[in-house]
Amino acid sequence: MSINTFFQHLSNGLALGSLYALIAIGYTMVYGILRLINFAHGEIFMISTYVVFYGVSMFYLPWWVSILVAILITGLLGIIVERAAYRPLRNSPRISVMISAIGASYLIQNLAIVIFGGRPKSFPIPDYFNTVIQVQGVSVPIVNFFIPVITLVALVVLIYIVEKTKTGMAMRAVSRDYETARLMGISVDNIVSITFGLGSMMAAIGGVMWGLKYPNLIPLIGTMPGLKAFIAAVIGGIGNIKGAVLGGFLLGMTEIMIIASLPDVTGYRDAFAFILLIGILIYKPSGLLGQDIGEKV
Amino acid sequence: MKKVTFLLVLVLILSLALTACSAPAAEAPAGEEPAAEEPAAETEEVVFGVFEPLTGAYAAGGAMELEGIELAQELYPEVLGMPIRVVVVDNKSDKVESANAATKLVDQEKVNVVLGSWGSSFSMAAGPIVEEAGVPAIGTSCTNPLVTLGNDYYFRVTFIDSFQGVVMANYAYDVLGAEKVVIVQDISNDYAVGLAKFFKDEFVRLTGDEESIMSIANYNTGDQDFSAQLTNIKAMNPDAIFAPGGYSETAMLVKQAKELGLEAPFLGGDAWEAAEFLEIGGDAVNGVVFSTFFDAAAPLTPESEIFINAYREKYGEDPASVTALAYDAYILAIDAIERAGSTDPEAIRDALAETVGFDGAAGVVTLDANGDAIKNAVIKTVENGEFTYLTTISPK
Repeated sequence: MSINTFFQHLSNGLALGSLYALIAIGYTMVYGILRLINFAHGEIFMISTYVVFYGVSMFYLPWWVSILVAILITGLLGIIVERAAYRPLRNSPRISVMISAIGASYLIQNLAIVIFGGRPKSFPIPDYFNTVIQVQGVSVPIVNFFIPVITLVALVVLIYIVEKTKTGMAMRAVSRDYETARLMGISVDNIVSITFGLGSMMAAIGGVMWGLKYPNLIPLIGTMPGLKAFIAAVIGGIGNIKGAVLGGFLLGMTEIMIIASLPDVTGYRDAFAFILLIGILIYKPSGLLGQDIGEKV
Repeated sequence: MKKVTFLLVLVLILSLALTACSAPAAEAPAGEEPAAEEPAAETEEVVFGVFEPLTGAYAAGGAMELEGIELAQELYPEVLGMPIRVVVVDNKSDKVESANAATKLVDQEKVNVVLGSWGSSFSMAAGPIVEEAGVPAIGTSCTNPLVTLGNDYYFRVTFIDSFQGVVMANYAYDVLGAEKVVIVQDISNDYAVGLAKFFKDEFVRLTGDEESIMSIANYNTGDQDFSAQLTNIKAMNPDAIFAPGGYSETAMLVKQAKELGLEAPFLGGDAWEAAEFLEIGGDAVNGVVFSTFFDAAAPLTPESEIFINAYREKYGEDPASVTALAYDAYILAIDAIERAGSTDPEAIRDALAETVGFDGAAGVVTLDANGDAIKNAVIKTVENGEFTYLTTISPK
C-alpha cells in the first residue's frame, strides 16, 4: 500500500466515521436522558432526506431553505413520535417502550414506502458540493471536509446545552430521576420533548450530510445507518455524547481499514460492525467512555 | 372472558376473509353459461400471476416491468375468449419474500402462469415452488443461467449471462483494447456474481493471461460507501472496470470512483438500465457502457413497433429494455395458451417448451432445451445523461 493510498483510505475513513458519529450523537443523547433506545432514530433520519428532496423538487425552495425546513419538520416529527409512542408508556416496563420504539420505526418506514414510493430518488446536490479537492494526490470531495467540522460543532453545541444551560441541567436531573425532578419543579414532559426534538434535529443534520455524500434515497435508507449509529453509541458508551463521536470515528475507520487491507472479506462488512458490538457488550458493556451508573430502582 | 370474546371475533373475521377470497371461484358455475363455440374452460378467467420487486433496493426494476405487463394487458386483455386477470405480488427485493410471493400465487391465487421477476435471485427463489406446483413461469429479465437450469417449468424471454458476459468481455478486449481489468461485483446478488464469472472466463480466454483480471472486489446490495474498494482499485490502475450489479449501487459506485479520480471506463450489464441510474449518478455516469436487450431506436420485429408506439402514447417517453421483456413474457404466455388450446398449466408448459421464432417486442424468441431465449444483445452507453444505442450483437 503506497503512502498516497493509505492517506486516501484515512480520509475516506474519517468522512464515514464522522458521519456515523453525527447520527450517533442524537441516538446517544436520547438514551442518556431517557434510558430509551429510540429505534425510530434511523427512520427520522430518513424522513429528513425526503423532506429536502421534496422541498427542492416539488416546492422549488432554495436548497438551504429546504434544509432548514427539513431540520424543523424532523424535530417536530421526533416530538410527535415521543408523544404518540413513548409518553403513554413512560411508567411501563422498559421492554414495552423498546417494543413500541421498534413498532414506531416500522410504521414510519412503511408509511414512507406508501407515501414516497419504493423507487429510489436522487438527493439534490448543489454544484458546489460536487467539487473534489486534491491534497497531495489524495482526492477529497468537498463534503468530506464539511462532515467532520459539522460533527465537531454539533458536539460542542450539545455539550454546551447539556452542561451549561438551565435546560441542560433539567435534562440531567430528569435522566437521574423523573419523580424527584418533578418535585423540584421541572416539567418532565417539556424536557423530554425538547430532548427528542434536539435528538431528531441532529438526525436531520446527519441525514442531509448523508444525502450529500450518498444521494440514493429509498425508504429503507435509515435502517443501516441507524444500526451503525447505535453500534457507535454503544462502543463509545451509550448515553455519553463524546463517546458517541469517538465510537463513530472508530467504527467508520475500522470498516474502511478492514476492506482496504482484506479485500476478500468485504462481503462481511456489516458483520464486522456487529461483531464489534458483541465484543464491546461482552468485554466492556459500559463502552469506552461510559461510566457505570447504578440501575435506577 | 374478554380474551375469549376477542379470539372469537378474530376467528370470525379470519373466516370471513377466507370465504371472501374463495367466493369468485365457487360461484363461477352458477353464472352465465360459456358460449357454445368457446373451448371447454375450467374457469371463467385466466389468471396471470406476476411477482416483482415493487419495494426495496430494486423497486425501479419491478416498476418498469409492471408497466410492460399493464400495457400488454391493455392491448391483449383476452385469451381463448376469456378475460385475463393479472395478480401482482410484491417480492420486496428479497429472496425469502420471493418464495412467499410465488407460493401465494400458485397456492392461493391458483394462477395459470407465473410471470417475473426482475432479478435472478428472486426468480431462483421462486423456481422450486412453481416446479413443485406444476405451474409454468416465464422469466422477464432474470439472466442467471441457474434460473431455468434443471427446472422444467421455468422459461424466459431473455438471453442469459453466459452470452452477456461474453459480449462485454469482447467489447472490453476488441473495442477498448483493454488488457488489464478489475471486476467489482455485488457479492450478495446471484446475477452479478454469475455475470462476473462469465466475463472473467471469456476475458481470460481472449487475453490468454490468467492475470488479466487483476482483482475482484466485492460489495453487498444496499451498500452506499465504496471508497475503500475504489481506492484499492485506483492503486492498481486498470484499463477498464467491469461492475455488474444493481442500478442504484452502481450509480453510487461510479460517482464515487470519479470523485476519487479513477478514470478507467466502467462496463456492466442490463441491470443498469433505469432512470434512477442517470439521476443518482449525474454527470459521473456519462461514458459507461453496458449490454442490454432492446432499444427503441432499433425496433427488431413488427411487435416492437406496436409496443413502442403504444408505450410512447401512454407514457410519453421511450420504453426501457426490461419493460419490453415483461411485455414479451405476457404475450408469450398468451401465445402458448392459444397454441395449447387450454389453460391447464401443464398444457401451457408443454406449449412454451416448443416456442420457436416467436415475435416479441424485444426480438425473436426461440427457446432452447433449458427454456432460455437465444437472441441478440444490444450495447448502450450514457451520453449527456441519456442512454444511447451503440450496436447490436448476435449470438454466434
